[in-house]
Amino acid sequence: MPRFLSARPDPQLITLPWDKPLEDWPTDNLVALPRGISRHVVRFVRVGKEIYAFKEVVEHLARHEYEMLRDLNRLATPSVEPFGVVTERYDPDGEVLDSVLITKHLQFSLPYRSLFNRGVRQDTVNRLVDAMVVLLARLHLVGFLWGDVSLSNTLFRRDAGSFAAYLVDAETGELHEELTDGQREHDLSIARTNLFGEFLDVEAGGLLDESLDPQTLVETIESRYRELWAELTEVEEFDGSEMHRIEGRVRRLNALGFDVAELDITTDFAGSTVRIQPKVVDAGHHTRRLLRLTGLDVEENQARRLLNDLDYFRAQTDQQNADEAIVAHQWLQQRFEPVLAAIPSDLRGKLEPAQIYHEVLDHRWFESERAGHEISMPDATKSYVRTVLRNLPDEQVEVPDSDELGRLENPYDPSQGFADGEQDKPYDPWEDDPAAETEADVQPGFLDIEALRRRSAERQKQA
Amino acid sequence: MAAVAFNEATRIYPGSDRPAVDKLELEIGDGEFMVLVGPSGCGKSTSLRMLAGLEEVNSGSITIGDRDVTDLPPKDRDIAMVFQNYALYPHMTVADNMGFALKMANVPKAERQQRVLDAAKLLGLEEFLNRKPKALSGGQRQRVAMGRAIVRQPQVFLMDEPLSNLDAKLRVSTRTQIGALQARLGVTTVYVTHDQVEAMTMGDRVAVMSAGLLQQVDSPLSLYDKPKNLFVAGFIGSPAMNLIEGEATEGGVKIGDYTLPIARDVLAKAGNEKTLTVGIRPENLSIAEQGIPLDVVMVEELGADSYLYGTLSGATDNEITGQQYVARISARQAPGRGNTVRLTADPEHLHVFSTSSGDRISD
Repeated sequence: MPRFLSARPDPQLITLPWDKPLEDWPTDNLVALPRGISRHVVRFVRVGKEIYAFKEVVEHLARHEYEMLRDLNRLATPSVEPFGVVTERYDPDGEVLDSVLITKHLQFSLPYRSLFNRGVRQDTVNRLVDAMVVLLARLHLVGFLWGDVSLSNTLFRRDAGSFAAYLVDAETGELHEELTDGQREHDLSIARTNLFGEFLDVEAGGLLDESLDPQTLVETIESRYRELWAELTEVEEFDGSEMHRIEGRVRRLNALGFDVAELDITTDFAGSTVRIQPKVVDAGHHTRRLLRLTGLDVEENQARRLLNDLDYFRAQTDQQNADEAIVAHQWLQQRFEPVLAAIPSDLRGKLEPAQIYHEVLDHRWFESERAGHEISMPDATKSYVRTVLRNLPDEQVEVPDSDELGRLENPYDPSQGFADGEQDKPYDPWEDDPAAETEADVQPGFLDIEALRRRSAERQKQA
Repeated sequence: MAAVAFNEATRIYPGSDRPAVDKLELEIGDGEFMVLVGPSGCGKSTSLRMLAGLEEVNSGSITIGDRDVTDLPPKDRDIAMVFQNYALYPHMTVADNMGFALKMANVPKAERQQRVLDAAKLLGLEEFLNRKPKALSGGQRQRVAMGRAIVRQPQVFLMDEPLSNLDAKLRVSTRTQIGALQARLGVTTVYVTHDQVEAMTMGDRVAVMSAGLLQQVDSPLSLYDKPKNLFVAGFIGSPAMNLIEGEATEGGVKIGDYTLPIARDVLAKAGNEKTLTVGIRPENLSIAEQGIPLDVVMVEELGADSYLYGTLSGATDNEITGQQYVARISARQAPGRGNTVRLTADPEHLHVFSTSSGDRISD
């Protein structure tokens, strides 16, 4: 009987076929979601109303990753939510099966492969790269060494006109008090190599726009990361007459989506030179402000957009001097909620609510420009539903269109690539080596000192 | 390829008063396979990461060849971390999967192809270079991942518990493959593991660490036959060496009601020490008329041999009675559970340690 480790167990998980390797699970409960490539067997499983990602991996790594993801969630870093670990699995013959790490499927998330499928534009790729850079910097700020930075280990969510990136795989991750420069450089060099490989792979699959150059892309990632990290952490020194630069630094960080919780300011004796350095910065500046005002919990750029609309509403209703919280409440009731209420229920799984609102705002702007006068929100919403939303794919749980992708060898395992009738696995003399065979019979925990002595004697004879 | 040297290299984590690695002095020869081994928290991974540039060196230095790399960023050290990531790209050929990082580094195409071909020959992958990864066996895929590190032709390979995510069977076969490959490549390799069996079967030399300190660095056989101190004696070997405390007397060490004979010159070196610790490997114990009395608690049959597990008979000191000892004897001689047997060992197979300092006294 397998053993479940979970903070909030789901009884429906217990009846799943745990005595079979994940690879052999019946397909009725599986969902063929697009995802990155993985060296482990990963499957998406629908259990009741939830979709979970199951990853088969040796026990200590499953537990480690579970702990890491819990820490990252506790530190409010964008990552998938860990659900549990299933250990002590045996097949009907009593052979041990690897443990399974269970995470919740991140709703409205898009793996990079599905984003590239749509004839990706340079602009979109830049936004993906930016999201990735912000994620890496946020992880580094909390002391997390990822160790396996890659697009495959990242999920993207729409965030107004940009993307927000989430960490999916924390298997190689480590949490430190603070990262050294060497550790950050190490992550960055892994990022460069992995992303380069992934872009080449997308290119080899015929999915990368010809105008995009993998080499330039990875160079961009490196330079963007360095710029962001410098803004977040670097010491700035200026003359005592330029005190406005303190405010300027804080504003720049806010604009990047970060709050400065602690700023270290030192002056020399005469107060003629000032040094400032952000000590504690927290991501989610706009997200937190919107949450405080309205209770809406959305991505950073969505929050920025909604806050802008709130400001506009405030001006429009001439309430500049009224209490911000009261105006926010009115905005929610009179602007935000009516738009979402006007979305037919069968279309609500297309996009996240905040994303729909953002797109309606965009749509209204385009339509108003075209009409030469301002279109009302209800009219803009109707037009948006009719002309845009209805034609979008469902992104709550996005299952790719198989024609678009090319036929996969195994729809549940994209790491196997397209079905192209290539030969079966070849004979491998290395695995058929009689020496290796006898070694393989050896218990891993047993030290065969006689064999070592024989080997050493042979070597001496050869020498 | 190059030699690696740690020169009194020390790492102290911020907020900690004890060094994670304390003045590590270690020279690794050109082309040598060096394994760092020890229990969790001993400093082995930290040492490897200092070499890789992931951890700062607070004092001392590290050299690769004749270059001082102490303050160089990781990418300028000419090292390769093997197995860090071995996701294979499904749409790319085996050749591209092996050589793509060279493309990123702007290595000219002809050279790239040559290096990939050389690595493929070495890995038995030559005829599969144009295949996609899915048309390979599991072992071949793993070798493609090794190939990625090989084509970079680094000065040093670093491996941090590379087998820890494999199941038991694959672990043993991969261990053999890595060993064979390293011997053929002749690239200096530093390999970290917590598993002493892995360390002993793979390393040319093994550095045993504990609590941030290097305990002993030696060939696997020397570690086994002449452990320098009690820590190494207890750590290397499976089942572990029996370490038995006794009172130093004229002519030997008194264990229970038996005085185990010890060579006179060894006892002389012990000086005034009242208590000595005798180390005896399970396979060096044999049943005799006269010897250390052992109450047999369990007998484990393993082919022609049996392992006897038991506690010292008649000892009054609780600390001593609680300890379990192991003897490997011929299955024909094995007594049943609950019996008391007497065990002895040849003087040349005795390891004598100072109980107070833990240092080896016998030769």
